[in-house]
Amino acid sequence: MSGAHTDVDKHVRTYITVFVVLMALTLITVAISYLHLPLGPAVALALFVAIVKGTLVACFFMHLVSERKLIYWVLGFTVVFFFFCLLGPWLSEINEIGPHLRN
Amino acid sequence: MDAIPYTVEPRPDTGLNNVKIGIWLFLASEVMLFGALFASYILLRVGAPPGTWPVHGAEYLSVPLATLNTAILISSSVTMVMSWASLMRRDFGKYRLYMGLTVLAGFVFLVVKYFEYTAKFHHDWFPSTNNFLAIYFTMTGLHALHVIGGMAVNAYLLAPGSKMWRTAPEQFTNRVETAGLFWHFVDLVWIFLFPILYLL
Repeated sequence: MSGAHTDVDKHVRTYITVFVVLMALTLITVAISYLHLPLGPAVALALFVAIVKGTLVACFFMHLVSERKLIYWVLGFTVVFFFFCLLGPWLSEINEIGPHLRN
Repeated sequence: MDAIPYTVEPRPDTGLNNVKIGIWLFLASEVMLFGALFASYILLRVGAPPGTWPVHGAEYLSVPLATLNTAILISSSVTMVMSWASLMRRDFGKYRLYMGLTVLAGFVFLVVKYFEYTAKFHHDWFPSTNNFLAIYFTMTGLHALHVIGGMAVNAYLLAPGSKMWRTAPEQFTNRVETAGLFWHFVDLVWIFLFPILYLL
């Protein structure tokens, strides 16, 4: 029982650390937006910070770091289909510029 | 037809209980739902004729209010996970405190959202005004519905559903963990909505 308590105590310390990092990253995201960078770097930086924050939430709050293999498979397939979903706009863009490339 | 048993015992083949597999499959479907909307956002933004898309989301939206809401949701994720940790420590009083704070944070998030929406309506900015506002209201509206859904489950687990703690503490802890996974997902979606709608 005390072993389980120690484990939970360790988890709690991790949650607090992740919370502080998430808050700091939120402030960094907002600060970056006030730099008024060109669109490309602004998107890349904002998405990079968002991905780091999302990974922290998924790994530690959702306990993905210590999850079973089946869950990783489910999420792996989801990520693949998610990127197929994001391919839609790209295919549309190709469709748009295709006729111009022929000329 | 036999019902799927509600048990917290891990299955020998997967090492997971049914509830855990169920919630992750549900979250996978949610990723696709929001994924379709993110793809629509990219399509609308890339295809917008010059001058029809705001250079900065802040032209229409309030960055301070959204930053506040981000802090509220992140805090609520911590209180949610702390409520689960309290049950693991067999401290029901702390559980009620943290779960209460989580529900409260969800409510405050919605109040801030209400002020944000009404400010738009006072400016006569509606989903029909332009594509940016259409996708903004669709994505944040759907996200707010998820917050309401998560709050309803959390409020149930805080009040009437908490009776289960006395009769089946392991199952109750499992329910709180599952509700937490959904709540963290709602936080995760907001983490991506915030920069793409408000900051870019």
